[in-house]
Amino acid sequence: MARTARLWAWVGLAGFILLPWYMVAGGVLSLGWIGQSGMGPGLMETATGRWWLAGPGLALLAALVVTYLPVHPVRQARAWVLAGAAGLGLLAGQGLLILGKGPRLAALGDAAQPGMGLGAFVVAIALLFILTTGISGMGRGRGDAFVTGLVGMIVALVGVFVFYPMAFILVQAFSLKGGEGFGLSEFLPRFFASETWSLACLSGAGYCGPAVNSLVLGLMTGLGTTALGLSFALIFTRTDFRAKTLLRVLTILPIITPPFVIGLALILLFGRSGTLTEFFAWAFGMEKTRWLYGFWGVWLAQMLSFTPIAFLVLIGVVEGISPSMEEASQTLDANRWQTFRHVSLPLMRPGLANAFLLGFIESLADFGNPLVLGGNFNVLSTEIYFAIVGTVADPAKAALLSMILLSMTLLAFVAQRKWLGKKSYATVTGKADNGQNAGLNPGLKWACYLTAVPWAAFTLMIYLLIGFGSFVKLWGYDHSFTFEHYSKAFRIVVRNGVHFVGSAWDSYFTTLVIAGISAPLTAAVGLATAYLLVRQKFSGKDAFEFSTMLSFAIPGTVIGVAYVMAFNFPPIEMTGTAMILILVFIFRNMPVGVRGGIAAMSQLDKSLDEASITLGANSFTTVRRVILPLMGPALMAAITYSFVRAITSVSAVIFLVSARHNLSTNFIVGRVENNEYGIAIAYSVVLIVTMLLAILLLQAVIGRRRLRRADRVAA
Amino acid sequence: MKKQWISALALAAGLSATGAMAEELNVVCSNEQAWCDLMAQNFKIDTGVDVAMVRKSTGEVLAQLRAEKGNPKVDVWWGGTGDPHIIAATEGLTTATGVDVSGLLGWAQNMTEMTEGRAIGVHVGLLGFIYNKDVLAEKGLAAPACWRDLAKADYKGEIQVANPNSSGTAYTELATLVQLFGEDEAFKLLAEIGRNVNQYTKSGSAPVKATARGETTIGIGFMHDMVKLKKEGFPVEIVAPCEGTGYELGAVSVVDGTPNMEAAKKWVEYVISAEGQSPGLEVGVYNIPANPGAATDPEAPDMASVKLIDYDFATYGAADTRERLLARWEKDVKNAGGKIEE
Repeated sequence: MARTARLWAWVGLAGFILLPWYMVAGGVLSLGWIGQSGMGPGLMETATGRWWLAGPGLALLAALVVTYLPVHPVRQARAWVLAGAAGLGLLAGQGLLILGKGPRLAALGDAAQPGMGLGAFVVAIALLFILTTGISGMGRGRGDAFVTGLVGMIVALVGVFVFYPMAFILVQAFSLKGGEGFGLSEFLPRFFASETWSLACLSGAGYCGPAVNSLVLGLMTGLGTTALGLSFALIFTRTDFRAKTLLRVLTILPIITPPFVIGLALILLFGRSGTLTEFFAWAFGMEKTRWLYGFWGVWLAQMLSFTPIAFLVLIGVVEGISPSMEEASQTLDANRWQTFRHVSLPLMRPGLANAFLLGFIESLADFGNPLVLGGNFNVLSTEIYFAIVGTVADPAKAALLSMILLSMTLLAFVAQRKWLGKKSYATVTGKADNGQNAGLNPGLKWACYLTAVPWAAFTLMIYLLIGFGSFVKLWGYDHSFTFEHYSKAFRIVVRNGVHFVGSAWDSYFTTLVIAGISAPLTAAVGLATAYLLVRQKFSGKDAFEFSTMLSFAIPGTVIGVAYVMAFNFPPIEMTGTAMILILVFIFRNMPVGVRGGIAAMSQLDKSLDEASITLGANSFTTVRRVILPLMGPALMAAITYSFVRAITSVSAVIFLVSARHNLSTNFIVGRVENNEYGIAIAYSVVLIVTMLLAILLLQAVIGRRRLRRADRVAA
Repeated sequence: MKKQWISALALAAGLSATGAMAEELNVVCSNEQAWCDLMAQNFKIDTGVDVAMVRKSTGEVLAQLRAEKGNPKVDVWWGGTGDPHIIAATEGLTTATGVDVSGLLGWAQNMTEMTEGRAIGVHVGLLGFIYNKDVLAEKGLAAPACWRDLAKADYKGEIQVANPNSSGTAYTELATLVQLFGEDEAFKLLAEIGRNVNQYTKSGSAPVKATARGETTIGIGFMHDMVKLKKEGFPVEIVAPCEGTGYELGAVSVVDGTPNMEAAKKWVEYVISAEGQSPGLEVGVYNIPANPGAATDPEAPDMASVKLIDYDFATYGAADTRERLLARWEKDVKNAGGKIEE
């Protein structure tokens, strides 16, 4: 214990003495900061007038001294907690009080400082781990420094990158009209404003409020995607369906599709002048209507986009159900339907609940589909966007609507917990089970085929059309073949070396690099959180779990504005950099890793961990050697999903992209706005192919987990 | 040995310092992507200044400038409707450049004067409507020619227009009608037109595009967007309303607190010059350029052939007028309009 604390204290001090405390233009490695005044390490800055930096340094020193003192371990631990907490408090305090343009308090004179850099970062990490080591030394978290350290780190990360920026937005919800400060008096009336919750559309006069619309849409999408996802998962694991590979590709395609593309394809098919509408009008004399613009259009597009997410969550769970249980059921003379209904289905509950929750939240936060297909059907996410960027900017309204959205998520989350209850869903026990999963009874099998296969065909048709659209001059009007869209976006000139002259290359490379960096980090943070939630006990676990879900439920636009407001000024200044994009992706997509991880991990019997610990491994080794290898699909899903989301998300980054770091989606949205569907679709096709290749590569690297000797299905 | 180290460090420090000094400009552009890219490219060729360009809609830019106030990450904001530029100027988000505008057309100079040099007019876009010839013929309807025609019961469910709460284009339409007919009369007309509207879109250019693709019969929007679609081969006709019409003023502004003032000024000077504006035609920009020397397309709308109102930007761009008109629109037009069954 003392060794760990001592190590961190030394690391922190090294950072304090050697590394530049503040953010350095051009990066630390450029070495340009050496010798520049006001850009030195913490110690030097303290000595040259920035006395407020002394606090964290002294705290580190105190912790270090304590490690060498011959006192009782518990008292030593208490001292570390004290030193760590004091150091972090002083570090955050000076950062929040003394800003780039001067301090918040007049008593501090005209002190000013730039944003924190590498030195401050290392010091903060060291202080944090000294604090958590101390906590474990006091006996919390079963005295396991790894567990307390992990909890501490995730709490700190979520605090800085979710709660801190969100605070900037939520404060707005309490601002009074006309800029007269803040207060509670207007909050409730505005929260329950009739135009937000109106049910007028039910009586056929006027419009329903966006809150009502969002809620209904979210429920329908959640239920629909879960049901479809389950059919797909069952077909995959419990039948001998022939074209599984094709089906697999089709279930992946929609999540790797950039926003707007599905909406555009639907318009070109089912719009009033859409291909299919024209066909039905010609063949059956059906009237051409605009039914697509409104609830049904948005729902259809969301079903197409989000079913794969439900599938990804469910496949891991359905795959993991131990054949032993099903065989036991059949031995006891249950037929296939009874086995499914009373054994398999209840064991899938964690998967179903998580799939529904994800579908519901995704639908609430979805922005692209309602924007393109919403018609007069307004939902919260678009209302929030236009409260910020509309003709009259009303950040207070945006904040209020965001809070409504958040409370819906909270309710769904609580309901999900209630439904799952306290039962155990562990079926991967480590005990020998060599059986076969029960096949589906014919009725269920055909029900799955009849829902999933037409749906897959529909998806396939839409994607064929998207491909077609990228090769024709003007989709819908001039169908002569052309490469023009591709060459405009992705032209390469080979003359005196290779030059990427197409207009899309810049954003394409940036997007790939940023997605490539953020994906593994997202998966790591997400799965670590899931491990803590499923395997460890600590106080405040429920609140911790919910806080990790927050960033997912907040619409991207709100996150984007919050990040700009929070991270444009010291203490943490990073707008206009690639780092802010990476961070926003990590903390926005982390919940998917968490949900997938929880679903997969609640199937792994605790006795596996216990066996490992009994054999003398610590929790870090247990995670690495026992749990991680069994988490293959969850890991795969988390990395894939966060990679893909980083490439396809739009609303969160629209305020964060900068001239130097532009992203593909921003480029595509610009083209769609400008009616250049051809180039937008061509770019989307290139992105889809890129992501498909990346996913195949990942699958080859991570591979399938081996749960038992063979995954077989009884014929 | 020690000396060598010190000189090496000094060299590294010097290099990184000069790296930061090289002239570069961060431009956020609210025009069409192709036009943004082309301008950046030409600017670099002609002035040698390196440009990093990103495209965002005016509402997004305004929200970003507000959030970044005091420590801006962009130097120049070019293009898009003038109202948000005027708001940014009033809120002190942008700064005067002192660039000479005496060679520009009158309206561009007026804009500059009104904002005390903070926003300079770069183009004008005229408001009008567009109809789809095929759909109109299929439905057996007459072509509309005036604002009042749009209120005819024949067009029930055939008209599409943006929501002025989210779109500057639709707000321009609202303000134009108020200036043409007087406030009460205008809201009466808007409510009558509202009965024919099938959808209030979020984006200002969406109705025009939807008309081109036959998703709606008639759309209201800016004429330069319509010219482009017509040239692309869509079966559409463009109408300049007989009672007269309003217009938007596109602008360029320099962000207050920019560290690259010299380069920013060069950009402003370049985008209002004839050689800067003329290449717009290559990428299908058909609005009216501020520089009288810039090339124009014969099919593009011009101010002489269209009956124009004297649009009062100072009054109708002001925040309080805006809020009042929009609140009234919400009450008298949106909620009064009969709901069209989809």
